[in-house]
Amino acid sequence: MAGSGRAVKRPAAGAGVAAIEPTPAFAGGVRATASDRGGAQRNLVGWLFALPFVLIFTIFLAGPIVAALVLSFTDFGLRDLRNPLGTDFIGLDNYVELFGDATFWQSLFNTAYFVVVGVPLTLTVGLAAAVALDRGIDRFRTAFRVGYYLPVVTSIVAIAVVWRYVLNPDVGLVNMALGAVGIDGPNWLANPTLAMPAIIAMGVWRNLGFAMVVFLAGLQTIPRSLYEAAAIDGAGRWQSFRHITLPMLRPTILFMVVITTIGYLQLFEEPFVMTDGGPLDRTLSVSMYMYRQGFEFFHQGYAAAIAYVLFLLVAIVAFVQFRLLKPQA
Amino acid sequence: MTALSQGRTPPQPPAALAAAGPSRSRVDRRARLFLYLLLTIGLVLMVAPFAWMLLGSFKPQAEFLRSVPTWLPTNPTLDNYERLVARLDFPRFFFNSTVVATAVTAGNLVFSPMLGYALAKIHFTGKGVLLLLVLATLMVPASATLIPNFVLMSSLDLVNTYPGLILPFLAGPFGVFLTRQFFQGLPDELLEAARIDGAGEFRIFWTIAMPLAGPILATLGILTFLGSWNAFIYPLVMAQEPEMYTLPVALATFATGQFQADHGMLMAGSVLLVLPVLAVFILVQRWITEGIATTGLKG
Repeated sequence: MAGSGRAVKRPAAGAGVAAIEPTPAFAGGVRATASDRGGAQRNLVGWLFALPFVLIFTIFLAGPIVAALVLSFTDFGLRDLRNPLGTDFIGLDNYVELFGDATFWQSLFNTAYFVVVGVPLTLTVGLAAAVALDRGIDRFRTAFRVGYYLPVVTSIVAIAVVWRYVLNPDVGLVNMALGAVGIDGPNWLANPTLAMPAIIAMGVWRNLGFAMVVFLAGLQTIPRSLYEAAAIDGAGRWQSFRHITLPMLRPTILFMVVITTIGYLQLFEEPFVMTDGGPLDRTLSVSMYMYRQGFEFFHQGYAAAIAYVLFLLVAIVAFVQFRLLKPQA
Repeated sequence: MTALSQGRTPPQPPAALAAAGPSRSRVDRRARLFLYLLLTIGLVLMVAPFAWMLLGSFKPQAEFLRSVPTWLPTNPTLDNYERLVARLDFPRFFFNSTVVATAVTAGNLVFSPMLGYALAKIHFTGKGVLLLLVLATLMVPASATLIPNFVLMSSLDLVNTYPGLILPFLAGPFGVFLTRQFFQGLPDELLEAARIDGAGEFRIFWTIAMPLAGPILATLGILTFLGSWNAFIYPLVMAQEPEMYTLPVALATFATGQFQADHGMLMAGSVLLVLPVLAVFILVQRWITEGIATTGLKG
């Protein structure tokens, strides 16, 4: 390694093989074979550096993804925990059963509801806050940014516990405020129509700060001169936003759509703590149904099939959205 | 967020605009006041649940039976906190959360930069594949691997143990991306000088590259600790005995179980879970939001 010092240098774009050869500055006196030995040694060193990550990745992520697929073709249950390899294969039975499982479809619908309403709301509010902070005001920026970001760093479990109390019909903050203006607030989380909107509101509240911070970083890459030129041409605030901010921010927006959609598809803690999936399964998410099957009913094979459907959903969403991202990259 | 802090005074309007007259600037001022108003209402909405939590944790049980709740506790008490300690062993959960989050953070501060460094500064076969794998890691929902991991940990007898809670999270993609980005910016000459002196690659990494990465490692450490401290679904499955509960698992278990209606105690538990994190966040918020802004990723 020491002898081929320069060879380690980042190759010029597309240089490939050429980069392995010592650059002229070092060629004098360096053994010609050193570069080959250096190459093998570099491979060894590189993989040694990667080893801990690769081990953890293989054992706890890649392996389990394959194992989940295998499990989903079995009727794995509590009795099999002692002897996992003795479980029985039942082919596609779990998937067939899943297809006819009304509760599963309900959970899929609920999750889609949370994503389809929650993602645009979160990103719109986050973007509005970012634009206001970036262009509209010039003082107290840090206070607003920190305040809006507080829920992002807070445990979802704690937030869900607190919001259940905030939404409590008898002792909660929301109905106390409504009562102050003469409105008799509903029992939010026990009402089949209102429970999911309440959970979406909480999701927006928790995640808009994250969107705001990422959008703020994106906004700061837009050259001021664009806005000034537009202003000279007589463009109003809305026109500037529509024709400069939005197009320039497109990569950031798409990225946030991907990340937020993937996150929201995994909805779990909120209904787990606040509603236990109720009322009438109206807030039961796919992740929660998977947990229920796997760890309350101990149908791990069936739960693995649910997990796999979710995994594929996430993969498809990520793939489609990355295709959308690509022309911009 | 440096650009933000560099006192972004509104750009001086070009001469042509300044000539447009005073009416324009008055509209701007009114619009700005309106924005401040909106943002302040938003801020109140963001902070109100936290205030409600804190105030609720000091309310004695009797106050939760009133027909009309009040903002402030009429007879503030520490009773809720005392019960958490005396009846529910919260110090133990606090300890478990601390052990797990500390170990996970330590692992991420060594293993993730190792791969980040290799991807940035060592040219080896398979690098491209590794980078793709790291990217793919970000797309895998935790629930997809939950059941096989539970089966794996069961057969290794690691359910209800610290290693069972820690091992899978000792390295993560976020740290790899964050440090790779930083190490790519280090001048090669710096490392080559050491290579010529005969230093091994690990020594160069540990004694030259890592110390320079101090601020980025601080960001990584804080975000990893937060992520681990707040983690829920995995420890929920892996810690089934109360003595192994982490704080979120304990809080969720009590909130959905026998203490469902004990608002005061649940708020006190939430305060214990939230307050250390918020305190640290407010102290170091710049690092956190910068880390997020540069990579666009969550810890």
